[in-house]
Amino acid sequence: MAVYLDNNATTALDESVLEAMLPYMGQMMGNPSSVHRFGRLQKDAIENARESVAQLAGARAEQVIFTSGGTESNNLLLNGFSRKLTEQNAQARIAVSAIEHMSLMEPAQHLPLAVDTIAVDENGYVSLQALEQVMTVTTSLVSIMTANNETGAIQKLSPLITLACERNCFFHTDASQAAGKIPLEFIESGVHAMTLSAHKLYGPLGAGALIIDKRLPISKIQYGGTQEKNLRAGTENVPAIVGFGKAAELALAELQTRSLHVRVLRDALEKGLKQFNAVTIFAEKAERLPNTVQFGVAGYDGETLLMQLDRKAIAVSSGSACTSGKTDPSHVLKAMKVADTLANSAIRVSFGKENTMSDVDALLKALHDIIEINRNSSVMMAANV
Amino acid sequence: MTEQSRGQTVKPIYLDYSATTPIDERVVAEMLKYMGPESSFGNPASRSHSFGWTAEAAVEQARKHIADLVGANPKEIIFTSGATESDNLAIKGAAHFNEKRGKHIVTCKTEHKAVLDSCRQLEREGYEVTYLDPMENGLLDLDTFEKALRDDTTLVSIMHVNNEIGVIQDIEAIGKICRDRKILFHVDAAQSPGKVEINLEELPVDLMSFSAHKIYGPKGIGALYVQRKPRVRIEAQMHGGGHERGMRSGTLATHQIVGMGEAFRIAKEEMATENARLLKLRNKLYDGVKDMEEVYINGDINHRIAGNINISFNYVEGESLLMALKDLAISSGSACTSASLEPSYVLRALGRNDELAHSSIRFTMGRYTTEEEIDRTIKYVRAAVAKLRELSPLWDMYKEGIDLNSIEWAAH
Repeated sequence: MAVYLDNNATTALDESVLEAMLPYMGQMMGNPSSVHRFGRLQKDAIENARESVAQLAGARAEQVIFTSGGTESNNLLLNGFSRKLTEQNAQARIAVSAIEHMSLMEPAQHLPLAVDTIAVDENGYVSLQALEQVMTVTTSLVSIMTANNETGAIQKLSPLITLACERNCFFHTDASQAAGKIPLEFIESGVHAMTLSAHKLYGPLGAGALIIDKRLPISKIQYGGTQEKNLRAGTENVPAIVGFGKAAELALAELQTRSLHVRVLRDALEKGLKQFNAVTIFAEKAERLPNTVQFGVAGYDGETLLMQLDRKAIAVSSGSACTSGKTDPSHVLKAMKVADTLANSAIRVSFGKENTMSDVDALLKALHDIIEINRNSSVMMAANV
Repeated sequence: MTEQSRGQTVKPIYLDYSATTPIDERVVAEMLKYMGPESSFGNPASRSHSFGWTAEAAVEQARKHIADLVGANPKEIIFTSGATESDNLAIKGAAHFNEKRGKHIVTCKTEHKAVLDSCRQLEREGYEVTYLDPMENGLLDLDTFEKALRDDTTLVSIMHVNNEIGVIQDIEAIGKICRDRKILFHVDAAQSPGKVEINLEELPVDLMSFSAHKIYGPKGIGALYVQRKPRVRIEAQMHGGGHERGMRSGTLATHQIVGMGEAFRIAKEEMATENARLLKLRNKLYDGVKDMEEVYINGDINHRIAGNINISFNYVEGESLLMALKDLAISSGSACTSASLEPSYVLRALGRNDELAHSSIRFTMGRYTTEEEIDRTIKYVRAAVAKLRELSPLWDMYKEGIDLNSIEWAAH
């Protein structure tokens, strides 16, 4: 089997999470809205999961709204907020950082509200000044992700939240990539909404959450039922929600051991990468997720590198899976003012709890071979000329 | 799903297959191939490695199975998180996209909430919606329907099989009327695949919603058929990545999609024999209770799926009956509205009075329902109805020949 180093795209479902889900794919069946015993047991399972997810996020269970995933959570947040304000005929602008995930960037572009983009510095940080610069009196929502999916840079959210609150502005953070890797404190941080995704933390695909403070104005955007406190219509995906709960429980219990494990691997990789002159690590000076490193290899084309690595049975990506297939340089790196040519050579390595030091060695050796062969052939080509 | 004695508790007989179905074991087996560290996990959108490609191939295989059951091209199948999302996407997406051509929509009062509530939202946005009354048998009268269409009608949404009464609408005839007038036709088919033949190659349908968990697949996954020739265009409701041809963004849940595909594949194989078996069970159940007094079938008995029967037991209060029948997992109507004590809006739309609507029970049978379970169900139902009627003053009055409708009840 190939070496999987793309855990920010998706993670393998944890065995014990699968075990928790299996009864709900078998004997434990029923529609949670049904009043009979089958239905009630489904509802209980959802509420248990809600408690676990809330604990991971540092929130209360009643603040957790389950969705079909991070993309839906971000769409619900933006469209639901915008719809509520429209209902109240309020004038509003929202501000989102330039490095948000596509699931936030794209719906933001389709809103009836005006959207301002908050710049980041070369380390991928949103500075207080940058936020202040875009805020107007009508700015009513700010969305800045907790940690970036490509570079892994962790925002210093606290002063940004304080500023937003001072200006009577609501604050959302997409913590899809951060959850399970660094501690989250929904209530203490003062944010009003937070996005989570199950499949980034060894939970199943098809489950996510939007955690909301009750002060946040929000309407539902999908109609046809009163599920999830009337904010998300549709029969609940019980097995996936149960899996999300179990994954959250494990992520919280093992937060430190998991972080340490991937940090050791990531740091070893970075040490190895520095032997290549052509390598630049992005957001290197930023505090980053312990499992993530994104780097450019000067003079190389990213797509070709990825293919060469795949042939050597190493699975990595250039950045977000959701934009993979596109040849434009990453909008995250662009926002960090990385030159297009270097951004086009980007490789993102994201470790997971199943990875080992031999995976690091395999990647380093593969990169070494590719770069060496390339150099030899260019030397030969030069000789032929 | 046979009854098993576990200590003191006896598992109720599950007769609520229209609310949700258990996942078929064969479906689970397929899903497991994409769950866990030893599996073919991967983000189907990952283009740079085999983990992603394997997941993507599995998604495409499932898309084909789904298309095969309903006579569609795989490219016409868009995955969603379920039929509710499909209905929302179809109705709001089509209405918004065609806003400049008109803002009138026609639907029926017996539609699922996912359709009705999407329409209500469009009304809030300034659209006009006509909610048609069905005939007493639950079917739509084609003349009434045609008269409701206007020059500014852009969309019609009529369900294939009703979730409460199981009646099958003539979507071919309705679709033909829509085609003639170049009006888009959406069909909520959450309840029909595997129960009724669907051939979208020939049916004049532009958009059709599907659910997996009503057909022995997993919850959390559904699909929307969007016709390609001629191309039907809708506005996406969820953005961020441009998955599913830009119509529905979000990471595809591989194992769920695989499960839905397998469920549709099995349904295609077993549909004919299963329908015959279910029809026998349903007839048995009906025959077992129809000699009782004041028992009414809701919805047309002939234009109906095999696994559904909806019966009103007059002079018995539905909620009390549900309580008395605690060994049966049944409902008085849609699961999505079952928490409310309101009488079913579907039965009200058929013209049933409050009493009859209130005393209705939906029995929906499925793949794991046995003849023995139906035998016991008949026994339980007869006993419970008899007992409740014994306690009912209304029943006494009825027996004494008093016309209850003539009584003016004192307000209290």
